[in-house]
Amino acid sequence: MPTIELLYWDGCPSHPEALRDLRGALDELGHPELEVALVEIVTEEQATEQAFVGSPTLRIDGVDPLPPPADEPPSLTCRVYRLRDGRYSPTPDPADLRDALRRLLPTSIQEA
Amino acid sequence: MSVAIGAPAPTFTLPDTDGTPTPLHNGDSAATVVVFTCNHCPYALAWHNRLQAVARDYLPRGVRVLQINANDAERYPHDSPAAMAERVNAGEFAGPYLHDSSQEVARAWGAAVTPDVYVLDSEGEIVYHGAPDADHTDESLDAEWLREALDDVLAERPVARAETTPVGCSIKWLS
Repeated sequence: MPTIELLYWDGCPSHPEALRDLRGALDELGHPELEVALVEIVTEEQATEQAFVGSPTLRIDGVDPLPPPADEPPSLTCRVYRLRDGRYSPTPDPADLRDALRRLLPTSIQEA
Repeated sequence: MSVAIGAPAPTFTLPDTDGTPTPLHNGDSAATVVVFTCNHCPYALAWHNRLQAVARDYLPRGVRVLQINANDAERYPHDSPAAMAERVNAGEFAGPYLHDSSQEVARAWGAAVTPDVYVLDSEGEIVYHGAPDADHTDESLDAEWLREALDDVLAERPVARAETTPVGCSIKWLS
């Protein structure tokens, strides 16, 4: 089973919405059974260790499917996403989430 | 704890991105909007254009809009004075963008998130505090809570919806 993690910082109110969108995407792809581990980032040291550039950050088997700019510094902050229509958003575009899951979930899981 | 509705707003003078000292009161505003905002918060960015539209639309009616960045610029370089000036020079702001480097103003006002919106009447009393509107994702809402508050104060009516819950990124306090 893949490891799906949602890293968040409590100073940003967006992770419940991100979790809801992520669960919705997993449901749409036929994998409601997959677990999502919530990982709280509390300190700047943790942010640096985890290369956490903002809340929320999704990782699938350790890979960020929506990678931030390479020079984005680790920090306790809200992460800035862009929706497909160009608007700023505190959470990823749900369509980007679905595409990322299709791309990164192991083929064996997708075909299950 | 935010300054209460009906209380006089704590005064300040803060530098804009050119370093020009900018006071809260300039003596002839029918109303003043103060927005605590920043450069790198998705909520502030999502509401940004709606707030600039308010600044432009209400300027002819004597409303002054001051936007303040109080984030710790050392730990959050996206909020540095240089980054603020870059946005102003790019034409992204419809009014002064002020830097509260000591965070004394944000603390005095009890600001907590970005964006955190206050409306002051002509006497300098706080008559609205909260969010621009109900949903950062819905541009059609057009900062309606803020506009309603301004319409009330300009008509010399009590503000019908004086308080809403600000939603956004927590202000990045100096450690």
